[in-house]
Formats: sequence, structure tokens, C-alpha cells
Amino acid sequence: MTLKKFAVTFALGSAVLLTAGATRSTAQSHVNSPDPLLGTPSVATETSNIDGVTGHAESGKHLYRRFCIGCHGPDGNGQGMNAQWIDPQPRDFTEATFKCRSTPTGTLPTDNDLYNAITRGFVTTNMPSWRPLNPQQRADLVAFIKTWSPRWAKEKPGASLNIPPETPITIESILHGRELFQKLECWKCHGPTGNADGPSAATLTDSKGNPIKPFNFTTGDRFMCGDTNRDLYRIFMTGLDGSPMPSFADVIQPNDAWDLVHFLRTLQVALPNQELTLWQSYKAAHGKDLKPIGPDSAGGAQ
Amino acid sequence: MSKKFREGANPMNKFFSRWKTMLMCASLLIAIVACDVRTASALPTSKVIAIPAFARKYGLPCSACHTAWPELNNFGQVFRDNGYQLMNDRDSPIWQNPSYFPISFRITPSWHRETANNQVFDAAGSISGGGIGAVTQSGFDLSGMDLWSAGTIYKNISFVLLPSSDPTAVWHFESAFIRFDNLWHSPWLNVKFGRFELDNLISEKRFLFLSNNGGIYQIYHFNVPGDSNNFGYGDNQIGVELAGHSANSYTRYSVSVLSSNEGGVNFTTDVVPGAPPASRSYDVNLAFSQAFNAPGPPGESGFGQERIGAFAYIGQRPTSFQTLDGQPLVGIDNKPFYRIGFAADLSYKNLELLPLFMYGHDNPYLGITPGTSSTLPTLPLGAQAPTFYGGFLEAHYYFNPQNVALARFEQINVGQQSFNNLAAGASGSNGNITAFSFGYRWYPIMFSRGGVALDGEYSRVRTIGQEPLSGDGDGTVAVPNAAVWSSSIYFGIDFDF
Repeated sequence: MTLKKFAVTFALGSAVLLTAGATRSTAQSHVNSPDPLLGTPSVATETSNIDGVTGHAESGKHLYRRFCIGCHGPDGNGQGMNAQWIDPQPRDFTEATFKCRSTPTGTLPTDNDLYNAITRGFVTTNMPSWRPLNPQQRADLVAFIKTWSPRWAKEKPGASLNIPPETPITIESILHGRELFQKLECWKCHGPTGNADGPSAATLTDSKGNPIKPFNFTTGDRFMCGDTNRDLYRIFMTGLDGSPMPSFADVIQPNDAWDLVHFLRTLQVALPNQELTLWQSYKAAHGKDLKPIGPDSAGGAQ
Repeated sequence: MSKKFREGANPMNKFFSRWKTMLMCASLLIAIVACDVRTASALPTSKVIAIPAFARKYGLPCSACHTAWPELNNFGQVFRDNGYQLMNDRDSPIWQNPSYFPISFRITPSWHRETANNQVFDAAGSISGGGIGAVTQSGFDLSGMDLWSAGTIYKNISFVLLPSSDPTAVWHFESAFIRFDNLWHSPWLNVKFGRFELDNLISEKRFLFLSNNGGIYQIYHFNVPGDSNNFGYGDNQIGVELAGHSANSYTRYSVSVLSSNEGGVNFTTDVVPGAPPASRSYDVNLAFSQAFNAPGPPGESGFGQERIGAFAYIGQRPTSFQTLDGQPLVGIDNKPFYRIGFAADLSYKNLELLPLFMYGHDNPYLGITPGTSSTLPTLPLGAQAPTFYGGFLEAHYYFNPQNVALARFEQINVGQQSFNNLAAGASGSNGNITAFSFGYRWYPIMFSRGGVALDGEYSRVRTIGQEPLSGDGDGTVAVPNAAVWSSSIYFGIDFDF
């Protein structure tokens, strides 16, 4: 046999074998098949719109397979092959319940909310920032994520929260925020010093019954859904759906919410900030007058 | 499969051929494995014990960081540029997580066939007459082995240690460096110190070809025939690198200061014992690249990320030696050379194109073979600066993250030979290279814990009048100025864990 014939035989043989292997693999393995997402519904039509960039679910499907399937799974239910090693567990897209939203609790997030979550990642979880993907790719992923739940076809996202201008950072604002921290019993989960060691912390579970830890303010880590005061304001006005963190939108007024924001910043002792500086100088002069936060301070923190 | 082929594989048939039988058996074995790889390998889908270092640490699949491993995509590039950190709290230094052991292994068992023509051989055994012809070898084989360790030592301090062996287990340190990232909280200031690959936009260490001929970029190792310069742009070098990047690594730069010794250790010019001594000079490498997003037609997603870049390497090599009793001690009388070029990584949906162009220029003194004595070199009559230019165009088509087709064309021309007074009949194209390669890689297993790729390739290289840079010839060109064809057929099972 000449080299030419040999090469042709080799090439054809390899092609046949690879095709056979790939075809067989499709039937056997959902995760490792060439197209484990064949059964995804409504892929061709779903789109997203993020600041003028239109995302296409069909393109997002390929990206999902490349980047997301290992954790979120071929069925979008958060049961990818890595899920068993991951804490907290990956998001279950089939429920369409998302923590980081600008919309009221119980409603669907906006496309921008999902886009921001993908871009930002979650610093205390396995979900990294996907900023290295270009904006079009992230928009495509948003469109594809919306194919996992029928809720997206039946409901519209809630209206985005209108965040009023931030009130001045004053010691009065911080002290009032401290009162609210006591009154709203934030300390029961987050702990009196924000150290995530409140009496309820060990018992918390998410909506799927998985153990979940409250946010530890003292580490200085970025918040779950952003790092600015506006992000923090948004978190407790919308709540983190699927987690024990409720929405306080019906409980407190906007000015109160800003006061709470200013106080929570003082708990971030590892992250220098304006509120902390103000609070430390106040505490140096009036520390002995402050009532400790906790069960013994019912009726007022000051 | 043809009747003729089947007959040839049958030992009872008069057309019996040993290699046809072996190929038939190998094909059947491959078919069994390929059609039922999970059963054949007894690997459950989610309980693989073997673990690639970073994938295990972060719980991401191979495809998150690699277009097709080992080639990096932009997410992997950003991870690498950040000092092997995702910049979340999972970056914790390795000593904080005892379950994480940052070691990966990679080796490739293979079957391959190598042929080179225009070779000289003797009369021996059943070969009735010596002479000129092709030398062919084939059989099962092993690649070298990589024992790759990398990770974070502390926040923004990371390391890579890569002991690597040839197939006979002769080891050397392919890479060994420590890097300090985000100095003064800036992604634009990162320092790497040790032995490392140059900041190539198109990495030869991370590419997808494995065969003897296809497994190198010819231009990364080319020098004009007769040139004493041992520099190869694809070879790891030793020194220090300052590098920086934007948050998403769309903009990248690097400046490296390197010993002028081709990455050699122990003040020699190689990583294995017995190499000539190095000089005392230093080289510089500069690289810059910029990525942008290519918009697609209205109503469709964009074409993908496009990256273009340029590079320049300015170096020196000795032309004589300080000696003792005639034995070289230190390279001296350094003469300069440079390599400049540009490269790109272009995407059109599932198609990726990797073009590269390079121009090389050496000092005339490097074009003559240096002595090993302390005698100052003298330029012979007709000596001139050797130059060359060329490059390659490589294409990948990703059917999906687990199937990729590959092709590459390479062309290198000698712009100026080392001497302008070539002997009668000598060719000005002496050393020119034309090469093409194509292949297919299938990744039946792509976990966050391990990976397997089946790799099939065919590669063919033509070199004018010279022993090929790659392949398995006997090193003796029978007919000067005539072409030497070196070809590889390769099938390997590439695995890393």
C-alpha cells in the first residue's frame, strides 16, 4: 500500500470511528455527549436585552455547555457533576428563583440583573466572575438561562426597585441603623458584631433545605450582590430569594434603609470605609454608653 | 474496509502484511473503546479519582478555561494573568485546603509512523543494496511525561513547577517560576521569575498537535542553515518578566529580560548535562496584544473575540569562548540577532484562525560556525547576515467543546543565506520549509477531575536540502539542494489527571 492510500485509509477510518464513538456516546452519557442540551425547550426564540445588546439563547446554549454545565448541570437544575463538591450548591435555574435582583421578592429578575450576576460572580461561592466573556456572550447566556423555567414564558420580570439618593453619612444615621439592626433582629443570623455567629446562624437552610451561612460582615468580603452602598440597600429591600434573607421593603422606609446601610458598613472592620472611621471615633468617646446588641437589649440598642 | 485490505490482514492469505494485521487489530480496539468508552474504561461519570489541579480546585470543567485543552480561551487567559486566581475566596492558598493537591500528570501513549525520504542508508539485513531512499519507522510509543504542579502560595503569589521527561524518563525542568501578581493592587504590574515560556500569543506549549512533524511550529525553531544561533522562539527561556493586563485581559503586555542561553541552567545553554557554556549577556523579549469583540450581522450574536498582537525578541549569542586548555569556559564576543513578528487569534463563530508571521535577522558572525577557542572570529569571504521570514496559518473548527478539527499550513523562506558566494549548483532556497498538518481531537471525557482526548494527525514537512527540524530521518541528506519530505501519521490517547 502506498503512503497515499495508507493516509486515506487512516483518515477515513478515524472519521468513521470518531463518528461512531460520538454517536454512541450521545445515547449513553448525558453530560459527555456532543450535544447534551438537545432537549432544551424554546431555545431558538428566547432573547435577552441588556443595554442595547441582544442575547440569543441558541448562542447561549453553546456557551452554557462550555462554561456552566459542570455545576448547573445539563438540565439546568444545579445538579452538574461538580455539584456534590460545591458549597453552597449551584443555582437551580428550573425554579427561576434568584438571589440578586433589582425586582421585588417573588418576582423574576430583569435581564440586567442576571447579566450583572454573571459578570460579577459571587465572591463567597464557586461562581467566578465571567467578565472575561464579552458582553455579547454574557447576554447570550442570560437568554439561554431563561429557557430553563416556564415562568419566563408566563410572567414578566418585576419592576426594578427605585433607589432614592443616599442620605448623608452621619453618626445619627449610624446610630439609628444600629437600632434597626437590633429591632429587625438582623443579629439573630448575622451576629451582634456581624460575624455570622447569631443564635440562628447554625440552623439556616435555603429553599431547597441545604444549610446556608449568613453573610459575615467582619471579613470585608464583597456583598453577595455587589459592593456599593446602593447594592447593600437593594439587597435588604428586595431580599435574597431562595435564602432566609427576607425583603424589608414593607417594613422600613427608604431613609431607615440608608441608616441601616451606614451601620452595616461599620461592621466591616477589615475594610476601611467612611462609616467605620466615623463610628470608631464615636465609640472611643461614647462606647461605655452603648448597649450591646443582642437578646439583652430588647427595647433599644443605645 | 476493502476486501484487499482484509486479505492483507489475514495471516493465511498470500497477500499477508504484518502492518495491515496490526492496523486492523488496532482499529478494532479503538472502535471498541470509542464506541463504549465509559464501559471500556470503567470510569463512572462523576467519581473519577484522578484530578487535574486547577479544575479540581475550582470545580470547573476543562472547557471553562480551554477552547480544547491545553489551549487557553480568554477566561483561562485571565485566570493565568491573575496568577492562577479567579479573584474570589476560592483562591485561598493551598496550605489552607488540605484536600487540594496541586499536581497534574500528562502523558500520551500513541501509535505513529514516521517517514523521511532523500536519506542515505547502508546495505544491511534484507536490504539488498544501500543507497538513497526513504527511512520509515512505525509502532507503538510513548510521549514524554509532564508532572505539572502549580498553585497559589499566598494571595497574589503563585508558582509553577513542571518537571518534564522525554520518553526514556530523562528529566529536566521545563518550567519553574514564582510570580507576584497585582503589585500595588494593579493588574498592570505582575512579575514572573524563573524559567518560563515566552509570552506568545500563539503558544506552542499549549497547542493541539502532538505528532513528530506536526508537534512543533517550525518557525519557532528555525535558523538559517549553517547559522550557529541556537535560539528558538518556542523554547522556554530563563529570566524575569514584567507583565500587565486589563481586567478582562483584552489588553496585555510583557517585557522579559532573559539570559542569553536558550533557557539553559547551570550557566550552560541547555537544561541537560553536557551543553556548552553560556555567555554573560542578556536578551529582551517584548510582547503586546489587544483583543476586541467582532460584532455579527443584525439579529445574530457576534463572531467572537479577536486578538492581534506583535512581538520582538532582541538577543545575543557568543561567537567564541574564553578557554582553558582549549576547553570552553564562557561564551564571549557576543553578536546580536532579532526576531520580530505579529500574530492573531481570530474567531468566526466556531472557527478559530491563528496566523503568525515572523522575520528573523542574525549578525553575519552568527552565520559562520564558531570555534571553541579564544580566537577572534574572522568573517570569511561572502559572509552576510542570515535572514528568514515566514509563519503559519492554523485553523481549528470546534464542532462542540469535545470535538475539534485542526489544520495548519507553514511556510518559511530564507531571505538571505549566510554566504553570498554559494557554490555552483547551490540553491538560494536551501533550508526553506513547507509544511501542512491536519488532525482531529475528540474529548470523550471532559470532567473537572480528569480528561482524555483521542488525537489523530497527519503531518508532512518539506525541507530544501536540509535535515528536517522535525520527524525521524537519519540526519543525512542524500542529495543536497533536493527536497527532504518528512511525514507523520499519528494516533494517540492524550490524558491528563
